[in-house]
Amino acid sequence: MSAFVLALTALGLSLVFGVMRIVNVAHGEFYMLGAVLAWACAHAVGTPVAGFVAAMLLAPLAVGGLALAADRWVLRRLDYHPESTIVATIGMLYVLQQAVLMLYGPDARPVPPPVYFKVEFPWFGYSGYKLVVAAVSAALLAATWVLIARTRLGLYMRAAQQDLEIAQAYGVPARRVYGFVFAAGAMLAAAAGVLIVPIEQAHYLMGLDPLLLSFIVVIIGGLGSLRGTLVAAFAVGLSDGIVSVFFSPTLAKIVATLLVAAVLVVRPGGLFGEERA
Amino acid sequence: MSQDRSNRGASAAPGFSRRRTLISLGSLAGAGLAGSVLNLPFARAQARPIRIGFQVHRTGIGAVYGRWFERTTAAAVKLINEKGGMAGRPVEIVAEDDGTDPKRGPEVVEKLARQHKVDFVYGTLFSHVVIASAPRAGELKIPYFVVSEGYHVASGKMNRYCFQPGITDVRAQVTAVGSWILGKLGKKVTMIFPDYAFGYDHRDYFSQAAEKHGGKVLEKLAIPPAERSFTKYFARVPADTEVLYHVMVGPGVLTFVKEMGEHFGKKRPQIFGFIDSLEGVDMASAGLEYLEGTYFWEAFPRYLQGNEPAYVREFRQRVGVNDAGASLADPKDVSTFSHMFGCWETLHVIKQAVEKSGYKDPTAGDYRKLIESLEAEKGFAEGLAHPQGAKRFDGRLHQCYGHQNISRVEGRKLKVVHRTSIEDGLYPPEGDYTKQPL
Amino acid sequence: MSTGRKVLALHLAVLAALALLQFALPPYHHTNVARIMVLAGYAIGYNVLLGYTGLMSLGHAMFFAAGMYGAGLPVYYFGVGAPAAFGLGVASGTALALLFGLMALRTSGPSFLIVSMMFGQALFLVTLYFNDVTLGDQGFILSGKLAPLELAGARLAFEAPAVKYNLALAIFAGCLLAALALRVSALGRVLIGIRENEERTRLLGYDSFRYKLLALAVSGTLAAAAGAGYALLFSYVGSTFASILFSIYPLLWTLLGGIGTVLGPLLGTALMFYLVDTVSGITSSYLLFVGAALIALVLWFPLGVLGTLRGRWLPWLP
Repeated sequence: MSAFVLALTALGLSLVFGVMRIVNVAHGEFYMLGAVLAWACAHAVGTPVAGFVAAMLLAPLAVGGLALAADRWVLRRLDYHPESTIVATIGMLYVLQQAVLMLYGPDARPVPPPVYFKVEFPWFGYSGYKLVVAAVSAALLAATWVLIARTRLGLYMRAAQQDLEIAQAYGVPARRVYGFVFAAGAMLAAAAGVLIVPIEQAHYLMGLDPLLLSFIVVIIGGLGSLRGTLVAAFAVGLSDGIVSVFFSPTLAKIVATLLVAAVLVVRPGGLFGEERA
Repeated sequence: MSQDRSNRGASAAPGFSRRRTLISLGSLAGAGLAGSVLNLPFARAQARPIRIGFQVHRTGIGAVYGRWFERTTAAAVKLINEKGGMAGRPVEIVAEDDGTDPKRGPEVVEKLARQHKVDFVYGTLFSHVVIASAPRAGELKIPYFVVSEGYHVASGKMNRYCFQPGITDVRAQVTAVGSWILGKLGKKVTMIFPDYAFGYDHRDYFSQAAEKHGGKVLEKLAIPPAERSFTKYFARVPADTEVLYHVMVGPGVLTFVKEMGEHFGKKRPQIFGFIDSLEGVDMASAGLEYLEGTYFWEAFPRYLQGNEPAYVREFRQRVGVNDAGASLADPKDVSTFSHMFGCWETLHVIKQAVEKSGYKDPTAGDYRKLIESLEAEKGFAEGLAHPQGAKRFDGRLHQCYGHQNISRVEGRKLKVVHRTSIEDGLYPPEGDYTKQPL
Repeated sequence: MSTGRKVLALHLAVLAALALLQFALPPYHHTNVARIMVLAGYAIGYNVLLGYTGLMSLGHAMFFAAGMYGAGLPVYYFGVGAPAAFGLGVASGTALALLFGLMALRTSGPSFLIVSMMFGQALFLVTLYFNDVTLGDQGFILSGKLAPLELAGARLAFEAPAVKYNLALAIFAGCLLAALALRVSALGRVLIGIRENEERTRLLGYDSFRYKLLALAVSGTLAAAAGAGYALLFSYVGSTFASILFSIYPLLWTLLGGIGTVLGPLLGTALMFYLVDTVSGITSSYLLFVGAALIALVLWFPLGVLGTLRGRWLPWLP
């Protein structure tokens, strides 16, 4: 999984955790839905470029709508209670997975990349599409940044994150902000799914790995810290490749997983995150 | 059908059938229906179908295979029933999903045996489900026919009720193609395989073959489950590798091949893969251009080669695949051709065993007859019942051994370049089920 | 009848009913109930942590797996007898729970949940990494390696349905009575106090870390007993039982039966088992129902079946 795609996915998870204080276990399924919808778009539209553009627009919208509905009918009714929402999102995970299995089937289906050229180095080749992924991800990350730092909505979000009650006292429409944040988190994951699918195939069980990796990133970056999440995503995304050169891949995963748990135990604020009260 | 009936009449003890007839006559003498009553016990026995419980992977990681296993099973049952069923009795399939889950597996065996009261349980594919389910089948004392290609039944570690008579196990497959790879492609091999049991069989038995034929395995790269990005592993392939041996299963395989192409470019070593990597995947998929000129093991050639006998064509037509091994209904729906024939052949083995042993009901005595008769089997001739080819059967190991094919990718199709003999795959047996009590 | 005696009578009656049930059940359900009882032991262990202490774990499969491998490996490699193997399995679970607790209990709430998930995932990967020993995902079977149990001169073969059923019942009874004893003891009241308000409990002079560690140790021990029993009775040990899905099951069973009730886990396990069994006969997507059940439970029945009963009609139910 490339660092950029990981950053997008993890940013979505981090946003939801930071503002709403809930752990969304179904986050990986939003990513999977993005990938599956990208396949559907590529299937419906003639050329790879048109399919890619359609998917980039439609998949996040559809997934965002679904997330909004989940927020309205499930999470809000649970009053965003941390443990209850975890159980509910585990439930969503299974419902989404199995619904996709029934409607889309068990196959891993490929989607042609919108551009097809290869950057050849003397010792290895590199697919040109990965540059597209980097560019689009960077644009989306920047857009999210602008949204949070420069808009009124972003102000509301930051206010809700710092202290919900005070924010509400100052007239922040907390419920609508929550709904929006949950949808935005899902849309980031869906966009990541659309971007990854020309590299990996769309498959109904593809959500678990990005979920675990995003957890790792969000924890190392500091729960709720968006800047930390970005730094950690690139650190993890790049080190993943380096670590597995030296260790057996499975051993590398064991070590990484335990280290992350240790980080959370020793430094609950994360390695890069600022300590919070 | 009438043939079957007369055969069975001849072999049955005359005293038994006469007494039964007399009882029937006596009990219903006053009804004046003697003519029809005479046939009644027979007719009733004939009417009870042979029920075969089908443990199928409809969900979970095995679902792609499961779907084609179901289609092949349906086609085989249709053929068997058209030709008079098993010993004149129609065959019925009772399918139940096990989620490709070793926890659910034995529960499904239990349900099929105890609730649906099937005669046999059949069809399991993934090794971990087979291994988790086998003990329960042994305890329930119900014959359990798996179509898995794993090296579990043949290892002697299951029990006397487990059989794999329709598909060669992975150890024999690897042993059979090993000598060809080392002889034709190169001696210095790097292996890439999934970090779970299926991969370990490849790792262990190919390494054995390499040692025997003077080759050397330079590096063994085990890929953790659920991995979806592989570029980093290719960096660990030693530069002096002559042959890259790959076998991957699961949803990541297409990525695997694409990234292999991106990594090695034109300066690739020889590449040999197991078609498991691309079962259910269209060879014409974008990104697979790279496989042109590489080699694959196939149990049964997916693409019609043109020189097949009529029974192979009939098999393909009956299971519903076109010349490219994809569904006739949807050419994008590619079959798992090198595995699913095992369902077809296993059902025909069951048919033969039922008929040879005189199996009638799910009783200990009838099961003993069936198992002992199957254990005495030496092999199966090629034909419509065994379209993949002739099989040798080892009654001690409950395992069959067949021919393997090595195919080269030419023009985005797989073309067979070598067919191994059955003997190429044989190995010294590590167990003997016939010594276990029934 | 005093509440205490009523409670004891109820639980003994449930155990007696389960003991009598084996003579009435058709063969299929006979084995199912044996499986349910062992898995219910796992859920009871989970409930000790979630229901009594308020700590939600998503890595409990590690304790079940510790019991499973702790009992299974000695049998497979050294031919150890069933009682010793069971003891080793349980001890592995206790040890792992203590080790895990010493680290993880420094966190709480969602952080604890994530740490438990990470440890669970790490142990799952360990079972794969040491595949030379554990045989990885494929796992290994114990039939043929496990000597029959010698009990008072009688040789009890594990294949015999009655032996399976009654050993499962014994494991379940052990878990149930341990949970009940903990629940009604002074210790149990401290744990409930921690669940309701940890700060206040600490102010009252209780070292909440030690109490939580103790609850985790009990929880892990019961889960490991179930894992060891599952391996010995159903003859299979494999890494699937250490996976995340297997950590989610006891959460589901406990929620369904009623968080914090002693009998809830049994009820939840049984209901879910038969829901899956029935649904899988109709549609293959039985996990869809698992998911829908989870959502419906937290939305409409957050207390579960027995929790709702207790709230409405049976306030004395532990």
